[in-house]
Amino acid sequence: MAEFRLPPNSRIRKGKHFPAPAGAGKTKRFAVYRYDPDSGENPRIDTYEVDLDSCGPMVLDALIKIKNEIDPTLTFRRSCREGICGSCAMNIDGGNTLACTRAIDAVKGDVRIYPLPHMPVVKDLVPDLTNFYAQYASIKPWLQTRTPPPPDRERLQSKDDQELINEPAACILCACCSTSCPSYWWNSDRYLGPAALLAAYRWLVDSRDEATGERLDQLEDPFRLYRCHTIMNCTQTCPKELNPAKAIAETKKMLAERRH
Amino acid sequence: MSDPGRPLSPHLSIYRWPITMVLSILHRMTGVAMSIGLVVLAAWLMQAAAGPEAYLRFTTAMSGVIGKLFLVGWSFAFFFHAANGIRHLAWDTGHGFEKRDADRSSWIVVGFAAIATSIFWWLAT
Repeated sequence: MAEFRLPPNSRIRKGKHFPAPAGAGKTKRFAVYRYDPDSGENPRIDTYEVDLDSCGPMVLDALIKIKNEIDPTLTFRRSCREGICGSCAMNIDGGNTLACTRAIDAVKGDVRIYPLPHMPVVKDLVPDLTNFYAQYASIKPWLQTRTPPPPDRERLQSKDDQELINEPAACILCACCSTSCPSYWWNSDRYLGPAALLAAYRWLVDSRDEATGERLDQLEDPFRLYRCHTIMNCTQTCPKELNPAKAIAETKKMLAERRH
Repeated sequence: MSDPGRPLSPHLSIYRWPITMVLSILHRMTGVAMSIGLVVLAAWLMQAAAGPEAYLRFTTAMSGVIGKLFLVGWSFAFFFHAANGIRHLAWDTGHGFEKRDADRSSWIVVGFAAIATSIFWWLAT
């Protein structure tokens, strides 16, 4: 059910302020969501003034600089720093994206940073993705076949068939889309969300997969698939420029066409 | 949620609404508004059946400033909901999902609803 207010333990307090060091050049203020599970206190917003003259260009660079030089307790996930691992997904300037591919310059005013929206927070910018991964696993993201493979080679597909899965297979499971979706906010216990549905579509259109019928059966449910109301936040926010909304529409079409 | 001890990260209060998200909630709100408007429409017909005095009372109430505001609101709701409904039909056929197209069609729907409402009231008065 839709609950618009945050529960009492999640409401945000004012936090600490860390001013720029003396002799700093061009500075920018970063307002960052903090939650310390050991303190027993509510989340807070800490503000850091960062010297941009000695900082890399991306929001992730600023976060690493804050952690290294200002506040070592700041906690966030990051790995590849080039938009392919999906670890540093967070809400920056009101939209979900990857901190490593989001330029500081592209944000007007203060840079407001929150964890991915409407998720249980483990610590600071680290959300608990257990449910998200379980939903991904539930669509069986692997090749299912009944016929034996050719004895002398792999299961091949034409270039045209490959192109059908090219885009959906480029998803990095960063969870930006699912956590941008109001339907997912209100029903993440029963609605699979755009990321899992994009993955489901990737296997539905795979010419080598032989479980299309079972996959569609699994999705034919008022919640799992049909909670998508084409709000389009998923496609608007995807840092990889993929189109989960279109994939979901195509899946609904496959189901409609199957009915007669 | 997985652990009741964990706080829930903020959502509605911090999310920057894309135009498509605004139109999505407007679609639902105009739908609800029209359902309420249907009750008023039924009341109008009932007052018409109840005789000239009752009918006059109803029309006087509805031609006041507040009544007019509601009527303009309902006509906008109708035009908006109809136009956005057509957009949903296009989406259901798999068309118009590119970000640029979705943004553009959003503004077309809003523009159409505003213009149609204006023309409707210009013709009505």
